[in-house]
Amino acid sequence: MSTEKDLDAYQEFIKGIWRDNPVFVQVLGMCPMLAVTNSAVNAVVMGGATLFVLVGSSFLVAAMKHLIPKQVRISLYVIIIATFVTVADYTLLALLPKVHKELGAFIPLIVANCMILGRQEAFASRHSVRYAVMDALGMSGGFLLALLALGGVREILGSGSLFNVDLFGDGFEPWVIMILPPGGFLTLGLILLFFNWFTVRRRAFLQRVAALDAEEG
Amino acid sequence: MDNLIWIFISALLVNNFVLAYFLGLCPFLGVSGRLETSFRLGLATTFVLVVTALCAWILNTYVLIYAPYLRLISFIVVIASTVQFIEMAIKKTSPALFKALGIFLPLITTNCAILGLAIFATNRGYDLMEGLVFALGAGGGFTLALVLMAGLREETELSDVPALVQGTAMNLIIAGILSMAFMGFAGLFSSG
Repeated sequence: MSTEKDLDAYQEFIKGIWRDNPVFVQVLGMCPMLAVTNSAVNAVVMGGATLFVLVGSSFLVAAMKHLIPKQVRISLYVIIIATFVTVADYTLLALLPKVHKELGAFIPLIVANCMILGRQEAFASRHSVRYAVMDALGMSGGFLLALLALGGVREILGSGSLFNVDLFGDGFEPWVIMILPPGGFLTLGLILLFFNWFTVRRRAFLQRVAALDAEEG
Repeated sequence: MDNLIWIFISALLVNNFVLAYFLGLCPFLGVSGRLETSFRLGLATTFVLVVTALCAWILNTYVLIYAPYLRLISFIVVIASTVQFIEMAIKKTSPALFKALGIFLPLITTNCAILGLAIFATNRGYDLMEGLVFALGAGGGFTLALVLMAGLREETELSDVPALVQGTAMNLIIAGILSMAFMGFAGLFSSG
């Protein structure tokens, strides 16, 4: 019994990373996604802050789900999320003032990330604390990975470095467009294109396997 | 006066909320399928933006100087209740307009452009007049981006697009090209 439960919790975690990835599959949380991914460091800090907010608020919402009246639940979720975001904002200001300045208004804007409110409404409010936290970890892990993928590509092409480490030496002419706003749209569009292609190929492969099985059977 | 014109043009074109700051992308990608609905949504958002700028200024001037750490929570609560209040007021005074805006009105609460505007206006220390002009420019820019996008998407419906590219991927690439075009407006500032 206990092993089955562990497996379930693990499934909740892993689905956010890949199958239901909030960015690539559900296309949620686009605003912070595109705005802060002009370097890998910014992407990691943003992902970390989102992880903290999502896990904290999922925990609180799941723990208090019997105390929250149905009619005012959305406003309460928003207030809980806003509290965690304020904590994250002031912590970053104290620990990493330089990154905080670069991210600017986008830290407070985590409140408006529809992925976070979506998880509270769709998952944390109807499951136990343990599953809610696993789900939050998986979702924000998937979000962090997506941010890192986008931030990495944009920093390598746009500045010729990764995590501020120079990669190509002096001969490299940086594609400045990649760290400017259009680069964000284009890179994410291409990554989604790759995801589509991968899904189509995978489905075709599975169909072929099923057809072969049917023939043999 | 000069200053106000620059704030307006900057928010409308050069620092367009959608194409340069990535704010309000959800409606930009979600509701930009039809020209007419996008225009209406743009107008409704502009209206809420202006009201929000007013509320943010009142909060900043009279309340938040005593408790700056409550800024985010109070902004979010005030925006949500303002939208609710406007919804009720419009429903009472003009049922026709209410029907025309439909579901878009409550959805505006979750549009990050609204909260973004309040935070930007605070960070830049705008006074009441500057804040209102900034809101008008931002709303106009949002409407402009949405209408352009909807026009392009209506065109693509008639053309032969590979199945693989259809959907969000193509919309993002179109948005990237639009964003590149809007970068051209940056020249307004250096030469002006």
